[in-house]
Amino acid sequence: MDLNYTPEQEAFRQEVRQFLQDNLPDDIRERVQKRLRFTKDMIVRWQQILYKQGWGASTWPKEFGGTGWTEVEQLIFEEECALAGAPRQLDFGLRMVAPVIMKFGNQEQKDKHLPGILDGSVWWSQGYSEPGSGSDLASLRTTAERDGDYYIVNGQKTWTTLGQHGDWIFCLVRTNKDVKAQEGISFLLIDMKTPGIDVKPIIMLDGEHEINDVFFENVKVPVENLVGEEDKGWTYAKYLLGHERTGLANVGQWKAMMRRLKEIAREEQDDGHAIIENPRFRDRLAQLDAELRALELTVLRVLTNSSGPGPEASILKIRGTEIGQRLFELAMEATGQDALAHIPDALEPDYDGPMVGGMNAVPAAGDYFNMRKLSIFGGSNEIQRNIISKLVLGL
Amino acid sequence: MNFELTEEQQMLQDSLRRFLANEYTFEKRREIIESGKGTDAGIWNALAKMGLLAFTFPEDYDGLGGNGIDTMLVMESFGRALVTEPYLATVVLAGGLVRDAGSDAQKQAILPAIASGEKLMALATYEHGARYNLAHINTVAKAEGSDYVLNGNKTAVIHGGQASQLIVSARTSGDARNEDGITLFLVDAGANGVSVTDFVTHDGFRTAEVTLKDVKVGADAIIGEANQGFPALEKAIDQGTAALCAEAVGAMDAMTEATLEYTQTRKQFGVPISKFQVLQHRMADMFIHAQQGRSMAILAADSADSNDRAARREAISQAKMLIGQGAREVGQAGVQLHGGMGVTDEMWAAHIFKRLTLINLVFGDADYHLGKVSDALLEKIA
Repeated sequence: MDLNYTPEQEAFRQEVRQFLQDNLPDDIRERVQKRLRFTKDMIVRWQQILYKQGWGASTWPKEFGGTGWTEVEQLIFEEECALAGAPRQLDFGLRMVAPVIMKFGNQEQKDKHLPGILDGSVWWSQGYSEPGSGSDLASLRTTAERDGDYYIVNGQKTWTTLGQHGDWIFCLVRTNKDVKAQEGISFLLIDMKTPGIDVKPIIMLDGEHEINDVFFENVKVPVENLVGEEDKGWTYAKYLLGHERTGLANVGQWKAMMRRLKEIAREEQDDGHAIIENPRFRDRLAQLDAELRALELTVLRVLTNSSGPGPEASILKIRGTEIGQRLFELAMEATGQDALAHIPDALEPDYDGPMVGGMNAVPAAGDYFNMRKLSIFGGSNEIQRNIISKLVLGL
Repeated sequence: MNFELTEEQQMLQDSLRRFLANEYTFEKRREIIESGKGTDAGIWNALAKMGLLAFTFPEDYDGLGGNGIDTMLVMESFGRALVTEPYLATVVLAGGLVRDAGSDAQKQAILPAIASGEKLMALATYEHGARYNLAHINTVAKAEGSDYVLNGNKTAVIHGGQASQLIVSARTSGDARNEDGITLFLVDAGANGVSVTDFVTHDGFRTAEVTLKDVKVGADAIIGEANQGFPALEKAIDQGTAALCAEAVGAMDAMTEATLEYTQTRKQFGVPISKFQVLQHRMADMFIHAQQGRSMAILAADSADSNDRAARREAISQAKMLIGQGAREVGQAGVQLHGGMGVTDEMWAAHIFKRLTLINLVFGDADYHLGKVSDALLEKIA
């Protein structure tokens, strides 16, 4: 047992850090670090910069243009990116649909879709959840009926994150109604410019447009866009969820946020003192700091396990999201009454209008509200406990 | 970055667990506790034969040169079986202190004797009213020629009644809470003026109250340097804390397993109660606490040998805090899910619960360690 990074890993960290210092544009860094409004441009530009460096896909094998990094190197990369103020790369293409295409797609699909994900030119969205299918995803009702060389897709997907920017969407669709729910589902890739697709915004509780409804009305999808075999989509979807597990722990992002929170705690005032001097606030911060450290070690235990992820992997989503939510809760509480005012225009970098308090307060409550999503998406934390009960504890 | 055990560590863990499963049964444990001796010669000698008592001592003193990770393996296995033997007191605390701070002569006299199983020791340092403050020492050692005369009272001396020799912290200069001015002495338990009152603890261990009245020792009884005993004392307690963390992780695993087994056997409303989601989620949370605790016990074990005081103290306190909190959750949930059986003396779970509860109280509870990391945070960032 050795809890130190190897000299090679430390050298790798330095290389990443240097690259970030030299290549992360200031305007992007500012948006991320001040927690200003997220834009498509910042994601795409940053993806292109990484792509030019050969680092477009830190989690992919080399044969598809990825870095071929070990999982610990991936973690170091993510952590350094987060600490430097780089935006999180878009998961939907890189970490969700790409692994499925690599594993179950045919050569044409790999040639067609992977390069656009890698260089940031194609924005992918996820079409899983439906209004009637949340935790019970297999009950989904969007249909794809075969008609010659096409599937005709009808139905509605929801919670489609950043779908307003989407070029393509990967969808779970029902291709067979006469079998068990899980056995009649297929995995389809759909060009969002196809006639019959309508994307409508859902405004979240923070007042921001991040998620969408996507409606499909007689959408013609060429059969060559089916991944793998018809009716086998549930298997692919589960494979994808397995890929998500360590990513959802989000340790790099939360370490960056913890560092930010400590700055906030030093800056925000409590009756003439920094709020960090208030023992009740500080104790909660110290508690969270320790919990984040435990999470980080647990992630490392999972990643370095030579026989693959052990049962400890299943707790990462729960702990990662709980810790993330508490970080933003403390950041909001640190700003106190300054967090009351909702000033959406102040989330743009060129804003010079009136404000209450400083830039710590502007995004504080909105972020807190927004982050309630963490324990709900990607399989709610209650579903995660069901999974632990069933698959880990054998109940 | 590597969390794997070496082949030797794996073998040791396997054989220790096998030994405990066969020899340290629930009934045997009860017999040992009821004997009132606080240790069992058969078990203790077997541990000595397995090399466990020598594990973390240098090879020059009949040891095997192990480190904090090795201690973790042993203590975790002890935690799973609720072993009440004086390993923490003798090997980790007293043995560790002599190893890290003792003179060559002291090491020669003590370490091989511990390793062979013939010598039991204990650390007498905590005092009434000081709670967990290690520097708060009122016991006085007054120089008289080349000798010292000790007077004072010590509490929470784990396995003090079983030890033939104590390590006693005493003030040779400075005020009650000063870290400077503390000296560590070797004191024979049978020396004139030493009185030891032995108690059984709720979880079957032993604790003692020690009174020192005009106890005379020579200058060669000092471990390390006079007035400079605090850093070694603190490090020994940190190592003991890391060991307790590992023990708690073993006990949390045992509690989770016992609860899984019980709820799958116990039927109500025509089904095993493990089928109820409200119980399943409580067990999932027990598992989460145990896994988080395991990560922190590894961190504590890895940090326990470090001489980087601030980093070691932070890691140890973060670990003891989270594990103390987790032990409470796991212990209470385990009893609750056993229903009425959980509050009876016949159930294994009840005994695990008692150990988990008392571990939190030893060497600083969760609140104490939260205070430590919280204050360190203030120093670091304010």
